[in-house]
Amino acid sequence: MLYREAGDFSTTYPQDSQTFPIRFDRYRYYFVLAVAVLVLPFVMTDYLVNSIFLPFLIYAIAAIGLNILTGYCGQVSLGTGGFMAVGAYACYKLMTAFPDVNIFFHVILAGGITALVGTAFGLPSLRIKGFYLAVATLAAQFFLVWLFNKVSWFYNYSASGQINAPERSVFGIEVTGPNTEAWATYLFCLVFTVGAALIARNLTRGSVGRKWMAIRDMDIAAEIIGVNPLKAKLTAFAVSSFFVGISGALFFAVYLGAVEVGEVFGIQKSFLVLFMIIIGGLGSIFGAFAGAAFLVVLPVLLKVVGVDIFGFPTDIVAHFQLVIVGGLIIMFLILEPHGLAQLWRVAKEKLRLWPFPH
Amino acid sequence: MKMKLATWATAAMMAASPVMADLVFPSLSYRTGPYAAGGIPFADGYADYFTMLNERDGGIGGVKVAVPECETGYNTEKGVECYESTKGAGALVYQPLSTGITYQLIPKATADDIPIHSMGYGRTSAANGAVFSHVFNYPANYWNGASGAINYLMSQGDIAGKKIALVYHNSAYGKEPIRTLETLAEKHGFELMLLAVDHPGQEQKSQWLQIRRERPDNVIMYGWGVMNQVAIQEAANIRFPMENFIGIWWSGSENDVLPAGDAANGYKALTFHGVGDDFPVFDDIKTHVVDKGLAAGSGDQIGTVLYNRGLYAAMLAAEAAKTAQGIHGTADITAAMMRDGMEALEMSEEKMAELGLPGFGPAFNVSCENHGGPGLVGMTQWDASAKEWTLISDFSPSDMEVIQPLIDEDSAAYAAETGITPACN
Repeated sequence: MLYREAGDFSTTYPQDSQTFPIRFDRYRYYFVLAVAVLVLPFVMTDYLVNSIFLPFLIYAIAAIGLNILTGYCGQVSLGTGGFMAVGAYACYKLMTAFPDVNIFFHVILAGGITALVGTAFGLPSLRIKGFYLAVATLAAQFFLVWLFNKVSWFYNYSASGQINAPERSVFGIEVTGPNTEAWATYLFCLVFTVGAALIARNLTRGSVGRKWMAIRDMDIAAEIIGVNPLKAKLTAFAVSSFFVGISGALFFAVYLGAVEVGEVFGIQKSFLVLFMIIIGGLGSIFGAFAGAAFLVVLPVLLKVVGVDIFGFPTDIVAHFQLVIVGGLIIMFLILEPHGLAQLWRVAKEKLRLWPFPH
Repeated sequence: MKMKLATWATAAMMAASPVMADLVFPSLSYRTGPYAAGGIPFADGYADYFTMLNERDGGIGGVKVAVPECETGYNTEKGVECYESTKGAGALVYQPLSTGITYQLIPKATADDIPIHSMGYGRTSAANGAVFSHVFNYPANYWNGASGAINYLMSQGDIAGKKIALVYHNSAYGKEPIRTLETLAEKHGFELMLLAVDHPGQEQKSQWLQIRRERPDNVIMYGWGVMNQVAIQEAANIRFPMENFIGIWWSGSENDVLPAGDAANGYKALTFHGVGDDFPVFDDIKTHVVDKGLAAGSGDQIGTVLYNRGLYAAMLAAEAAKTAQGIHGTADITAAMMRDGMEALEMSEEKMAELGLPGFGPAFNVSCENHGGPGLVGMTQWDASAKEWTLISDFSPSDMEVIQPLIDEDSAAYAAETGITPACN
């Protein structure tokens, strides 16, 4: 009744190949987008935006980026934190060097710089695979964090090695710095998240994405049918790093405002984003969103329930949080290795057949 | 659908948070993670002092005190979440208890008109109140600490031509003293050797191997959490003489020296407040807090170095609140009034004796020009057989001739970066 194609006829090819071919699904998508753009900015508070929405939107971009590399192209990466740091420091250097240029372009440029760095670190992927590639990207993670700690040019020679985001505005409305309105930072990140999701979705549906998936599924077979592994792997690294760099830039400039590389972009960040795409679902844009939402909202929810409602001691709740998140990851890996996206897919299949399953 | 989940979460939160008419002193604590050993006693001391005020005096100026606790795990993102979730409850002052979170909160809290007290940590140049209107770091900061350590060494003998190693946590916190020490090295003619230890600091073999090879005369440490214990153990392993090893105040608690046992005997650490539980206020804490079963945590930290520091922070906050109540003539103060109270805070010997803490810390006055206090630093030494710290020097001044220009330079850089016009009104 809800989700079905009966009576929904495509008369042109573009109609048939659109992202949401089923009418109900399409309207649901428009509805979510409309709520996100037209309703949420009006109910946004400092708490909501800083505890839930900004981290969710920014992690979603990072998860989309990693999902392109790992989920679509099959190249395992543990360097996400390091690449986010590249985005953050690139954004900082650009913001302080060219204060007159709009922050919007700085963020995009930071993504571009990260894409270059990511491509350079992607070169070994042409020779090594699997665990060995994971170790190579792990090296990138540690190298980049070390670099931003060691070379003081990156933090403008400040005494403490911290970088602070100066105030910048878009259309006269501040989006970085301390005096921002909740709705402004939210909308600014939302634009990037929606843009990233649209680009990623369409890339993965087109020839580029098909090449990535061919490489993922069997690289030798892909090469035989004419996929150039050099181009496919390096484009995956470039596009993935571009998104990860944007998320790093937003993470620093809009969300945190001050960053210390070892603490914020350490190896934990790489694992966190990797958990997001594993829980959300490898090879799915929806999965990136679901995973990010899950890992951002769950700790806040547990804290609210544990500390504010039941009044447990804070340390007990913090420990329980580790246990619960860890338990859920194991449970997902056993029960639904394809993540939340697969649950969503199964639900949709069931809905299509309901009420007359075979 | 993810939106829905989030909406429910907030709805639940809003329903849950009680309406508070008290004086709210949020405690951004960390009882978990690699720095928990230091976070627990501080949080206990902070909470116990306020509990004692509630039980003994019925709060501050007749208004009850609430200390909502929020677990940060020393993590900046959780710190942001904690700040946002507690500031709505009418928070009067934040003690971020982590240099990273302090940096985060400096612009935010200033915009929200809430003061920050980063006691002995955070951004050192915040001592310049003309630029950092809402940040206070009295009574001493990292640069006072660095200078205090060098002054102490100079009082022990000539240091020209000697080699001094700095073992530091490779983060904003650990990097703070480098410039001061470099300037001091030039001034006094000693050689400075820098050794960074990466978070969390469990692996220090190579650094101590280097110390063993280069044989510095003294080692100064800016460490925190598990890094301290490992460093002291490693120093013992290479038989580095403990009396030549000086830690900053965050590297000088019982947790740091106990694991090394007798080998840690003679280790020194800087401090800006008294040690031990031989002060009248501890009797009140026993009667009004411990005996009533109200002690925070498991109640086993009373009298330890970091418990005392938490208690000292709470005492200074309570005194600033009293000052604010006096200035504005109302018992129900706001965060903006609290800021005025902190800026007008006067701590005298008599006042501390009255509070049951005679000689616990230096006497000082805060002013708009000086948010950093006098920067008096004392030295403590660990006695492994008695298992206690003893104060081995007076609280003596540090080299402000070197520190003040550095403060001016760094705060001017911050002012230029953020577009603040320095002003005292």
